[in-house]
Amino acid sequence: MHNKTIAELAKGLRSGEFSSVELTSAFLDRIKQHKVLNAYVTVTEDRALQQAKAADARLATGDAELLTGIPIAQKDIFCTEGVKTTCGSLMLDNFIAPYNATVIDKFNNAGAIMLGKLNMDEFAMGSSNETSYYGVVKNPWDINAVPGGSSGGSAAAVAARLAVCATGTDTGGSIRQPAAHCGITGLKPTYGRVSRYGMIAYASSLDQGGPMTRNAEDAAILLQTMAGFDDKDSTSVDAPVPDYMAGLTNSLEGLKIGLPKEFFGEGLNSEVAAVLEAAINEYRKLGATVTEISMPSLKLAIPAYYVIAPAECSANLSRFDGVRFGYRCENPADLTDLYTRSRGEGFGKEVKRRILMGTYALSAGYYDAYYIKAQKVRRLISEDFKRALSEVDVIMGPVAPSTAFGIGEKIGNPIEMYLSDIYTIAINLAGVPAMSIPAGFVSGLPVGLQLIGNYFSEARLLNISHQYQQVTDWHQQIPKGFE
Amino acid sequence: MNTQWETVIGLEIHAQLATKSKIFSGASTAYGAEPNSQACAVDLGLPGVLPVLNEEAVRMAVIFGMAIEAHIAPYSVFARKNYFYPDLPKGYQISQMELPIVGVGHLDIEVDGANKRIGITRAHLEEDAGKSLHGSFHGLTGIDLNRAGTPLLEIVSEPDMRSAKEAVAYMKTMHELVRYLGICDGNMQEGSFRCDANVSVRPKGQKEFGTRAELKNINSFKFVEKAINHEVERQIELIESGGTVVQETRLYDSVKDETRSMRSKEEANDYRYFPDPDLLPVLIDEDFKTQIKAQLPELPQAKKQRFKEDYALDEESATILTSSRPLADYFETVVKESGCEAKMCANWVTGDLLAALNKADLDITDSPLSHQRLAGLLKRISDDTISGKIAKQVFEELWQSTATADEVIEAKGLKQITDTGAIEAIIDKIIADNQDQVEQYRSGKDKVFGFFVGQVMKEMQGKANPGEVNKMLKAKLQ
Repeated sequence: MHNKTIAELAKGLRSGEFSSVELTSAFLDRIKQHKVLNAYVTVTEDRALQQAKAADARLATGDAELLTGIPIAQKDIFCTEGVKTTCGSLMLDNFIAPYNATVIDKFNNAGAIMLGKLNMDEFAMGSSNETSYYGVVKNPWDINAVPGGSSGGSAAAVAARLAVCATGTDTGGSIRQPAAHCGITGLKPTYGRVSRYGMIAYASSLDQGGPMTRNAEDAAILLQTMAGFDDKDSTSVDAPVPDYMAGLTNSLEGLKIGLPKEFFGEGLNSEVAAVLEAAINEYRKLGATVTEISMPSLKLAIPAYYVIAPAECSANLSRFDGVRFGYRCENPADLTDLYTRSRGEGFGKEVKRRILMGTYALSAGYYDAYYIKAQKVRRLISEDFKRALSEVDVIMGPVAPSTAFGIGEKIGNPIEMYLSDIYTIAINLAGVPAMSIPAGFVSGLPVGLQLIGNYFSEARLLNISHQYQQVTDWHQQIPKGFE
Repeated sequence: MNTQWETVIGLEIHAQLATKSKIFSGASTAYGAEPNSQACAVDLGLPGVLPVLNEEAVRMAVIFGMAIEAHIAPYSVFARKNYFYPDLPKGYQISQMELPIVGVGHLDIEVDGANKRIGITRAHLEEDAGKSLHGSFHGLTGIDLNRAGTPLLEIVSEPDMRSAKEAVAYMKTMHELVRYLGICDGNMQEGSFRCDANVSVRPKGQKEFGTRAELKNINSFKFVEKAINHEVERQIELIESGGTVVQETRLYDSVKDETRSMRSKEEANDYRYFPDPDLLPVLIDEDFKTQIKAQLPELPQAKKQRFKEDYALDEESATILTSSRPLADYFETVVKESGCEAKMCANWVTGDLLAALNKADLDITDSPLSHQRLAGLLKRISDDTISGKIAKQVFEELWQSTATADEVIEAKGLKQITDTGAIEAIIDKIIADNQDQVEQYRSGKDKVFGFFVGQVMKEMQGKANPGEVNKMLKAKLQ
């Protein structure tokens, strides 16, 4: 039953084929069997079984939702009341959140079961899950390869069937890139579609939570629960949430696909390019037309991102000061010592690097040259997307330049690591929604196809993904040893 | 010696806005609660929490902006001011930097009978920090975050003031204004209204400003004057003895009555302001402004002018009565309800009532004597039911009880006797009993007249109409 989709599981739970307790136990067993992946930071076994019992009772009353009794796992960036919420950092290794993120409340209300909290790059800063205090997550397709990041635990858990589905967050590609590397479906919604309340902030103007699932239909189900205005998040958008399931089977006849030439140039692995070409051909068969477009500002995305995101993070992470919660150094001599050692010891190298970069970019005398300039670039990028998406329905391209790279391969070279997000970062700067769906394999490692839509076009993106998944089976492949 | 120097002062006033909840969270702003009992997840700066702007704080800032005839920004932005301090939970304060909600405006002050217009550069919204509590923690420092997130309006003046006296007048006028507008309770002991002063000196006639020192956290009118005067003296002495003033932040010590250096410009933080990505820009449209304009109360200066014109009050009475909105309202209600001459109402309110309130250390809003009951008393004076003197006695009774003036007059039998027959009988008796004094009076000792009045009043327990008594006595003694 661990290979079933949410819809199939919901049916099984209702027909009495299996109970939520049985289903949950099965996943808990699998988590224990496959500890080698290091996907979970915390497994909430007792809590999960209690929730499963409650779900079975609710299912028996007939007053259940689609997610009632479904075992899912949460990226350890979402605050969960009474459960350790680490954000992948020693800084929060002792932090038991006293409240639930809005997203967690929504899943609880829907009756979903939380199996545990998933490993991630420290404070979501990383593209390989190697910056986690809890160690790297291994890619189920090749345990010597990274799962991608920062939602590496989420991607690996879903690919290896250690959860039916999971949440992720995406600031510069952190849902899409690990989804691509692990062969699953990931959706980064429009900025403001999913509440950020209780989601530990990395870069507030870019962060967005979203679903990481085995297929588009499951993603639609998850997003349905996650999306919506939250009066606790001023940046969440007060717009009605459409029925994401309703249009999944709509025809793609006449769909206009744009391929930015900047996405297919130098830097893209040629075998990956070939996989993407084949995927786009499938879309042609489904009735889509394909045109090449140009988005000249895309090349500016990485430098702009690495000013804006660190600038925001330098302030967002100031609250981790050893005063009220989290890591505190031993025997601080005075206040300055308390700050410098608590932060110096509690944060990892990449987090400190970004705090320093951001602090520098915001400093007197540099603010205009860096922060203001980056904001201008950001506007150009948004304009580029708006213009392109007024001409085509969807933009397609790679998610990452290559398949999952080896553990340890890039961690010593931050610039090279940053470049692995070259195709995903611009989307966060523009705030538009985008997905990664499995489109094939290169040397046994999955390749993701990226689909980018206009603001609030999640339903359309899910439809475009779903139709592709009706005629392909890349998303149904299971890594060896995890069948 | 000092006359060749000119003082230049600009003030930054922090007025705590009288909202029920905090500027970015739903926690209460009430003062004096158990430490950390009024700090929610947002105020504690827990991981993952987000600020949500309190619309009431925006409304109050706009009211203020309109009262000082300032430009109200149609688009203003919250920014993060970054610095580390244990009572600053997030490691940054949410404030406004480049785009404040209130732009250039002005406030007119009065010093020694002359009016002066002080420019206001800007006013912006921000959150307050918590408090560090030293002592009684076994050598450790305690943090109370109840105040964290309390809304503040920081009002920045132009360097338009030229003396400590002007600075005090400005601060007082501002204090009166924010209370008038109902946007700040003005409680200086509780820190609801506090100020920093930027002070410099320059040789008279010089255009350029001297180097300024910022005096931090001055919490009373008295200290503003003292702190500025001390700082001016310090700067002048320093320059005259060949030194130079350095730009720095100085703390006023009210106990030692001196200012001392806190940090120099070099040690100053680089606050690394940038727009807070958690909050949307504040958009204020014409509709909102029109709506607020309609709710804007009459301002102190306009009210004072109107009191002088409409009620024919003198400068002093008008000033006292318009010093607070509740007092002015009380006075106007008394005038309306009693139908008495405004001058008399003013005398009673500024005289007996304020004296009694001061003695009991009460504010007009807590007056045990309601305007209805005071009006009831004044009515009985003007219709000659009681004399002014008896009225004082009735006032005492009213102050102590909840009875009306009529009830007191009735119960105590204080009604004035205007029955000329009764008065005449008494007068005749007094004249008959005091022939010596009658002789004296008739021989030209006018002073004795007072004796007769006193005797008659005494006989009539003060209830005789004094005018009537005078008139009749004069006639009888002729």
